Amino acid sequence: MATTTSWLDRSRTIAGPGFNRWLIPPAALAVHLAIGQAYAFSVFKKPMGALISGNVDAPAPTDWTAGQLAVIFSIAIVLLGLSAAVFGKWLERVGPRKAMLASALCFGGGFFIAALGVHLHSIWLVYFGYGFVGGIGLGIGYISPVSTLIKWFPDRPGVATGMAIMGFGGGAMIGSPLAVALMAYFKDSAPMGVAPTMLTMGAIYLVFMMFGVITIRVPAEGWKPAGYVPATQHTSLITTANVDADTAIKTPQFWLLWVVLCMNVTAGIGVLETASPLIQETFSDASMGTGLGVTAAAAAGFVGLLSLFNLVGRFFWSSASDKLGRKPTYMIYFGLGIALYALVPTLAGNHSLALFVIVCCVILSMYGGGFATIPAYLRDLFGTMQVGAIHGRLLTAWSTAGILGPLIVNYLHQNQKDKGLTGAEAYQTVFYVMAGLLVVGFIANLLVTAVNEKYHYKEAARRVAA
Amino acid sequence: MENRMNSPAADATPSSGLQTLLAWLYVGVPLFWGVSQTFIKALALFQ
Repeated sequence: MATTTSWLDRSRTIAGPGFNRWLIPPAALAVHLAIGQAYAFSVFKKPMGALISGNVDAPAPTDWTAGQLAVIFSIAIVLLGLSAAVFGKWLERVGPRKAMLASALCFGGGFFIAALGVHLHSIWLVYFGYGFVGGIGLGIGYISPVSTLIKWFPDRPGVATGMAIMGFGGGAMIGSPLAVALMAYFKDSAPMGVAPTMLTMGAIYLVFMMFGVITIRVPAEGWKPAGYVPATQHTSLITTANVDADTAIKTPQFWLLWVVLCMNVTAGIGVLETASPLIQETFSDASMGTGLGVTAAAAAGFVGLLSLFNLVGRFFWSSASDKLGRKPTYMIYFGLGIALYALVPTLAGNHSLALFVIVCCVILSMYGGGFATIPAYLRDLFGTMQVGAIHGRLLTAWSTAGILGPLIVNYLHQNQKDKGLTGAEAYQTVFYVMAGLLVVGFIANLLVTAVNEKYHYKEAARRVAA
Repeated sequence: MENRMNSPAADATPSSGLQTLLAWLYVGVPLFWGVSQTFIKALALFQ
């Protein structure tokens, strides 16, 4: 029986002579810039909570509550981690083009379904569309270019993955003003302009991501950049062997990195969750003098500044890790992080606004750096063979942190308020607990050693067994 | 050139410098727009 290969198959994406590897980062960015919109979902919250009343300041009893709307993002983040874990091996088998297409269809399709849910005022349809279907698109899209980038840039994997994952941070910066502009444009044609905005954004992202689908290529077997000499013997933490995804999760190194990622993300969420109220409550007119306090607009500017440092940190720290080494880079994230988190309440208490802003920006740069450096760390420890699938499984740490972080922060803050503490004092415990989490991450990173040879993938043994 | 392939493969279309430039513009322009919007918003902190 004759077999045919589809344009989407891995075999049809092998790059030919003359292919420029610098086309791969834009292909990866096309996907990550789109799916990064997820972090700007909050821009829909107020309009979606006023679809019936038409007034964000006076929602109707039948309007969706803030609690109901918060669930949408939570579902999407949980599905991100789960789908990355479940579909990682499938991605390694079918190649990045088919995976990117699946991601584009799910992410764009999720918007379409959610738009229908908004139109029919069915929250369950929105959960299913943006949360479930879109979340699957997020997970597959997040991991789809990672192993391909690492294979194209064996000489600087941190730079390559940093560029792509920087795109995820940048996606929110595009998604938020785009949604605001579209809702303003459509406000007269539908309640709050939400449904047509979602339809339009789904279409825009679907088309935008197709560029990645069309452009992505994998290098031919044995290809290496000119002048690049791969190490023939592994150094202490950079292996020349490979570990498959099923075996990787049986190693202590995988779980140590899981803890590393989970702690780094949970602590970062602590700052992101508290940034706006903390700066307004701490540096208010009452404490700084009339007219000198931080306004709501300035607090929004502060959150924007943190997003910029989150973005820059993804590229800066991940690139630096190519020179510094992955383990020392995480030592900096955690070591410096512990000191800075512990310093925040003091700076807030002393009303040192400039220092407070600088410290928070450095913290957020390392939060982003933690995301971007992890694929290269995995590549160092487990090799390139199934690094995408291993990365996918590790992203369950992100989902866990996405649920844990806000829970811990909100509980601790409320607990302090219930004790009668206000302003900066009400946030002190939050930051000390976050510093404690970083201590756990520091220890986990300290314990990372090379993967035992017994876990290495042995092609000859596999063939005999087959 | 360090970027060139040296083995036979399924896709034999070479890529030009212009193609690479356009690819970077495709993702760079929206990213620059988003970053500039955020930067403008962030300026409120310093006013």
